[in-house]
This record gives sequence, structure tokens and C-alpha cells, in this order.
Amino acid sequence: MINSSSDNVKKLNSINRRMFITGSLKFFVMIGIVSRLFFLQVKENKKYLTLSDKNRIREWKLAPVRGEFHDYFGNVIAGNFEAYQLHVIPEQVEDFRYVIYRLKDLLDLSDNEFKKVLKKKNEIKPWETLIVSDNLSWQKFSKINNHLYDLNGVKPVISISRNYPFKENFTHLIGYVSQANQDDIESTQAIKKNFVPGLKVGKIGLEKTFEEKLIGTNDIERYEVNAYGRRISQLEFQKGEKGKTLRLTIDTEVQKLANELLKDKAGSICVMDIYTGAVVAMHSSPSFDPNLFVFGISQDDWQLIRNDPMKPLVNKTLQGNYSPGSTIKPIVALSALENGIVNTSFTVRCTGKTEMYGQTYHCWKKKGHGYVSLRNAMKQSCDTYFYEVARKLGVDKLSETAKKFGLGEKVFGDLFDIEKKGLIPNTQWKKNALGKGWLLGETIITGIGQGYIQTTPIQLCLMTAQIANGGYKIYPHIVVDDKAKDQPIDKFTPLYKNSKNIKIVQDAIFGSTNEVMGTSYRSRIDNPKYQFAGKTGTAQVKKITEEERELDLKTFEIPYEQRDHALYVAFGPYKNPRYALSIIVEHGGNGSTTAAPMATRLFKLIIDRHKIRESLGNKKYLEI
Amino acid sequence: MYQHTRLTTNRLGFFQKFRNFDYILLVCILLLGFISLATMYSTDGGEIKFHTKSHFTKLAVFTLMMLVMSFINIKYWFSIGYLAYVAVVGLLVGTYLFGITSSGSQRWINLYFINLQPSELMKIFIIVCLAKFFHRMKLENVNSIYTILTSLIIILMPMGLVIVQPDLGTAVLIAISGIAVLWFAGINYKYFIYTILGFIISLPFVIAFLKPYQKLRVLTFLNPDKDPLGAGYQIIQSKIAVGSGGIFGKGFLKGTQSYLEFLPEKHTDFIFTLFSEEFGFVGSAILLVIYAIIIYRIVAIGASSRSYFAKIFCYSFGAAIFVFITINMSMVLGLLPIVGSPLPIMSYGGSSMLATMIGFGIVMSARVHNQQLIA
Repeated sequence: MINSSSDNVKKLNSINRRMFITGSLKFFVMIGIVSRLFFLQVKENKKYLTLSDKNRIREWKLAPVRGEFHDYFGNVIAGNFEAYQLHVIPEQVEDFRYVIYRLKDLLDLSDNEFKKVLKKKNEIKPWETLIVSDNLSWQKFSKINNHLYDLNGVKPVISISRNYPFKENFTHLIGYVSQANQDDIESTQAIKKNFVPGLKVGKIGLEKTFEEKLIGTNDIERYEVNAYGRRISQLEFQKGEKGKTLRLTIDTEVQKLANELLKDKAGSICVMDIYTGAVVAMHSSPSFDPNLFVFGISQDDWQLIRNDPMKPLVNKTLQGNYSPGSTIKPIVALSALENGIVNTSFTVRCTGKTEMYGQTYHCWKKKGHGYVSLRNAMKQSCDTYFYEVARKLGVDKLSETAKKFGLGEKVFGDLFDIEKKGLIPNTQWKKNALGKGWLLGETIITGIGQGYIQTTPIQLCLMTAQIANGGYKIYPHIVVDDKAKDQPIDKFTPLYKNSKNIKIVQDAIFGSTNEVMGTSYRSRIDNPKYQFAGKTGTAQVKKITEEERELDLKTFEIPYEQRDHALYVAFGPYKNPRYALSIIVEHGGNGSTTAAPMATRLFKLIIDRHKIRESLGNKKYLEI
Repeated sequence: MYQHTRLTTNRLGFFQKFRNFDYILLVCILLLGFISLATMYSTDGGEIKFHTKSHFTKLAVFTLMMLVMSFINIKYWFSIGYLAYVAVVGLLVGTYLFGITSSGSQRWINLYFINLQPSELMKIFIIVCLAKFFHRMKLENVNSIYTILTSLIIILMPMGLVIVQPDLGTAVLIAISGIAVLWFAGINYKYFIYTILGFIISLPFVIAFLKPYQKLRVLTFLNPDKDPLGAGYQIIQSKIAVGSGGIFGKGFLKGTQSYLEFLPEKHTDFIFTLFSEEFGFVGSAILLVIYAIIIYRIVAIGASSRSYFAKIFCYSFGAAIFVFITINMSMVLGLLPIVGSPLPIMSYGGSSMLATMIGFGIVMSARVHNQQLIA
């Protein structure tokens, strides 16, 4: 008993000692757990709170609403309309195959369209939005809405989409939008920032140039989602900002007339305010409907546009490099006057052709004009006179004047990336570019706007405008910008040495339109309100052989591609001029018969619209 | 022979037994039960659904069972020690033969009225068995080869049966329960030190023998961010839930991590995560305090018990419960690799609760009959 009791005591001592050790261990472990809790919940709380929010909150970006384009009078020329779309997020659909076949039935998708959708599905990540249809009719859209109970994961969406109400009228000017591709996203920060699947961005024209201003910012929806990505509740809706609306200097009425005049023809018309440089109309024909591109153009439509021999995809106003033909003559005359080469009494005898340096140069009039002074030569567009003047003037002096008046460089600077510079040749240029010396014969044909010289229609318009305003530099623009208010004329840089010379040239151009024997006499308007002054031009597209000259074919007898380009530059009203225009009809034959009559109709409209335009211009610009 | 008289006149009346109850322990257990019910209600999304109802039923039945057990003399529990152990081993064998397979492991046995997980019961009955084994042993015999070998067999046999299920986590917990008894019984310190050293040395070999999914768990524990949506998902989401709870928690039924189903196994092993997310550091600390009081009371009951069996059972059970709690918490807090180990009482699961309540029942019985000597 004693033995056992002493054993008991020993056992008790042992177990109590060990219990003490265990208790201490427990204490420290407990402290460890509490410190871990403290570390996670108090010290690192912010970090885990953020992670938890990241877990449960997911953002959906919606396509931003694109800014509009308005014309000078506030008419919407590129706007937005509500497009009915169907979105599916593949990840959120339980049975994708079932849903997609059901949709195929409901939407009557063709096999081809259906394949496209499936292909798109394979290209995107499962949590990205698959746009099954981007422009549904209302009937189909409501049909889908009625079947939604059966279409788990399908989202009918009303989306804002681009609309060009005037169709082909503004295509080259404004351009069009289409689905953003990888290049667009990488090249433009604003697109990258606001990108959502199906976002439409500007591809050409002003839509592209002003992308950053037009694009706006996304609406953002924040949803609480569960671990499987299913939306539980909407937490927030952050309204995005609509893109900036841009007001243009364009007058839709004039633009529409330009389009009508060039119907079925290839060519360009531009109209400019000679004091402000505001472009009133700028059209390149043929054009196409930009709405076709908004939801992706069909292969057939695209082939039709691409293969059109009149090249609708080319913006002829800015990209067309044409020989100016006789429309360059005012600059040649001005340059000669400024450099003291000729005066108003200087005369040349025109016999229809002239021989210089062993080459025969023809005047357009076989019989010749007889003795002609500057004014008469301009009026009747006598080539022989200008051969002689050019010869005396030399190409370098001519090019200097031509460049001053805006030829040979981009009119809009960086506004359009497609704009061409044209070419004003001089001896230095030829040496650098072609490595050959300048030939005198080349100077002679430059005097009538043939040879190396190339101009774009907008350059010719600017040139005419700067002659019409008395020889002052203007800065052409299309977008109304509050900062660049119309400047008073005396702030402009004069481009002349003697303002008399400008007057002489203006008067000569006036004669060309308004006096008997003038090249565009038949297109004149006698009413002084509309009376304008213009210079015709006919640009050869190929060298005319002696045989052809003998044949003297009428325009319609020559194959289309070989016909001359018809040109016309003009300004009006003659007393107190305000507008200048340039017209080019590709392969239109003769400037006086094809291009000049268009000016008649244009000036009537432009001058009628001037009062309305002016009344708007005097006010502060409308806040749009 | 005072003791002898006490021994023979040791028939306590019902009310006397009632008076002997440890009410602090009882209140803490009931409080824990209430908290676990509330948490279960939250896991059901704030509605009384299957888990809540089932948990409530089990809680009610097993608490009642615990109370009934406490009225039964500790002598009785001593006497069935070996038998219970053998019975549970039998059940483990039955599980091995006819068990129900679920998510890749065969842990449950269908007893017609209940699906039982015998390995959970073994966590308790191994203590009862070993406590009985050491009860009458003289201290000098404790470190004999015979004793050590026998006790090792007692531990290793159920462990082996659990490992083949496979359920390494529970096997380890069974071993810990057993080792706790060996520790309190007075096995020489050096054996523990050798075992720990041996374990550390053999660790690389053990890892080499682990199944691929077990290896993955260890690797995931070491670097959960390696595969955040796969193997590391549970632990990352659990840490996010606990961490985002902050000092006062997101509020009852407002745990976004669990409510939005980011938390895996929130009813069972990760119940503490949910609780901690909703009640924050303060709530978690209170829960820990409740557990600490429970463990403290268990140890105190052991200290006040006259019988060596009761003492050794209470100390070991207290230590085992403590280890279960800390392993579960360390796991959800990212301190240990993920091993399947429920949080006593809080976690959903009948077998675990049954085992814990049996343990409490025996402790309570030891308290009520704390003057009882066992010959």
C-alpha cells in the first residue's frame, strides 16, 4: 500500500510536471494564433480588403457615345442612332451549343453568318463579350426579348452606333468608323483606354484625325459577382462622357449640290471662304455610302467600291495630283508682273503654234489669237503668250510665286494623313530628284500647267482664294474652332510685292468669264450679285501626237482614260468677292464646257447662302 | 480507512451529481454550440436550410447525450476502455471493407441510421484506451519495452487503417491523441526528442512517399500564389476572407467571400474563416477565449480528479482538443498545409461532433465523480 501510494505520488508529480510543460506550450501556441489573426485582420486588413473587393466586384465597360459632326448650321452630318444588339458572354452560358442553335433559329442566321459567329467565339476569351448580332431589326430584337427565359446568358443590348444621314455626301471629308482592330488599339491611346469589344473607331478622314476628341469615355457598370462570375447585384453605374461634338465650316446645301453636279463623274469640287479660309464644301466623286462600313462591309459591296474604275476610295480633292493646265496662268501672269518681266502693254503674236529651241509648241486654238496682251491672253487662255512669258520668267521665279500662293505643300497640314503635296518643280528640284539639268522646253510647258507641275484641287482653290482676297495669306480649315476667330484681313501676310499686280490678274480673270471671247463666257452670270470671275483649264493626261492633232477629235470620240481633265477655278461675287472654288472633272474634256457651267450653279447657291451664313457668323459661335 | 469508506459509500444522488456539474464548461459548450449554429445559418445564406437544421439536430442530440454520459460513473467509462477501442477498430476495418467512397477516399461506414466516420471516434477512444492502459501501470514500468511496444501498436493499428482510406490528416490527429497520452503517462522525454529528430530527418523520405495530391498540398502551402486558381485557391481565398474581416468583421451574414461562394468547404474545415470574416479579430479572439476556457476547465477537472484514469484522460483530451483547434486554425490562416481537420463543435459533421461530445461527456463524468477512485 505504501509502495503503491509512493508510486502514486511519483506518478502525480510526473503528470503534473508534464501538464505544466503542456500548458506553457499551449499558451505560446495560442499567442502564435492570435498574432497571426492580428497580422491578417488588423495589420494586413487593407490588402485583403482590396483583394476581397477585387474578388467580388467586376467592372463592365460599355462602348462610349461618340461625338457628332455638325455642319456650320448645326445639322447633324455624322450622328448616332440606337442599334439593337445581342451579346453573349460564353463563360456565363451553361449550355452554349443549345443557346447558339436556338439563336440561329430565332434570328434566321444563314450558315455563313452562323459560322462567323462560331469562329468569333473561338477567337475570344470565354469571359469576353461575343457579339452575335450588332444591328438587329426591332422585330427580331423584340422576338429575342420574348424568348429570353430560354436563353440563359444572352443579353439584348441597345447600343449607340454611328449613322451618316447624308450618306455619300461627306464620305471623303468625314470618313467612316468601323470595328477597331489591333493596329487601332495600339496606335491610339484613347482607343486603348476605352476599348470594349465591338468599339467603332474612325478609319479615315476627320473621324480618324479627331479620334481622341470624338471617342468619349466609357460608361462603367460595377457589379458584385460570385465566385463563378455570375452577377449578383449592380453596385454602381458610372456614366461616361460623350465624345466632343465637332462643328465644321461645311455648308451641307453646297456640299449636296457639289455631289449632285459630279454625279456619275470622277472629280472634285471645293469651295472656300477667301478671307477666313473656312472650307464651305469639299467633295470628291464618286463617293460611297459610309454607313456600309459601320457594321462591316459585305464582300460584294467592297468589291464593287474597290473595282470601280473611277476610284471612289481616292479622295481626289486631297490625294489627286493633277496638272493644273491653264488654271496656273494667273500665277504665271502674276509672277511675271511681280518680277517686272512683263507689263500690261506687253504683247505676243499668236499664230497657233510657235517654234522654240527646235520644238513646236501649240496653242489650243489652231488659228492662233493674233496679237495678245496679258489681259487678252488670260481671257482667251492663249498658250503662246504664256509660253513666251514663262520662257522670259524662268521656272525658278515662277515656282517661288506658286509656292507663296500655297502650291506644292499640304493645305491642311496634319489634318488629313492622306493629303498629297503636289509638285512645283524648279531647277534645283530636278537636279535633286531626277539628277538631270532643267531643260528650257520644260519651263515653257510649265507656263501652261503641264509637265512636272502637279497640284491638288484644294491647292488650286486656296491659290484662287488668295488671289481673290487681294493677295493675302489665309489658313484653310474645316473644323470651327473657337480660338481661331476670323481674323481681320489686315492681319494677314501679303503675298505680293505690288498690290496693283493682283488687281491686274483679277481683272484678267474677270474678263475670261464676263467678256465676249472669254473661255468661260457662256457660264457667266450677268447679275452683279452673283457675278463671278474664273479661269478654265484643260489638263492633258497624255502627250497629243501630231496625228491626233490633225484629227481634232471631239471629247466623246476619245477613250475615257485618254480624255483631258476639265478644270475650273473661280471666285465671286466679282465686286466684293467672298468665295473661291476649284472644280476638277477627271477626263471631262474641256474646262469651259464641262467644269465652268458647274461654277454657275454653285455660285448662285453659295451667294444665296452667304447671308444666312453671315448672320450665324456674326453671333458668338453656338455652344454645341 | 477513510478512503475505503468513501469508496464504498460512493453512491451520489441525482441532485448531488447535478450540483457537481461544471457549469462554466457546460455554458461554454452551449455558447459554442450557439455560435456554431449562427455560423452555419450564415453558410446557408441567411436561411434555415439543410446544414443549419442538421447541425441543430446533431447538436441537440449529442449535447443531451453528453449530459446523460456525465451522470454515468467514470468507473464505467474506464471499464469499457478497451472494448470501445476494439469496437472502433472493428468499424475501421468495416470501413475499409464496406465503406462509402466520397471524393476519392473511403472514410464513412453506413450504419443504417447514420453514416459514421469511425476515424473521428478513434481520436477520442484511443485516449480512453491508452488512459486505461496506463492507469494501473507503475511509473518504473512505463518505459519498459513491453509498454512502449504495446502502446505503439495501439496507436499504429488505427493509424494504418485510416491512412489507407486515405486520410492522412485524421491519421496524424489520431497519432497526436495517442502521443498525448504517452506524454502524460510519463514516457521518457528522450523518446519524444528522438521521435521528433527522427521525424525531421525522415521528412524528405516521407515527402517522397506522399501521394501526388498530398505533395501538391505541401508545395501549395509553401507557395500558394504559384497556382492561385488551382491548388492555391483555397488557402488564398481563406486568407483573403479572414484578412478582409478586419477588427470588427463585415457583420453577421455579410461575409462577401463566403456569401459569394469564394470560400471552399465553408461548412466544414473552413468554418472558422467564415466566422472570422463576419466577426473580425474581436469575434475570433472571443471564440478563442471560449475554446481556451473549455480547455482550461477540462484540465482543471483533470487536476481535481482523484483517479489517475480521469486525470490522464482529461489532460490528454484537453491537449488533443487544443491540437485539433490549432491545426484547423493554422490551416485556414495559412500557417500549415491543408489537412482535413474539422474545428471541434463548429464544423459541420456528425462524427466529429459525436466524438467531441463523447469526450466532453467523459470529462463531465470525471467532474461529477471526481472523488471516485478506480481500483
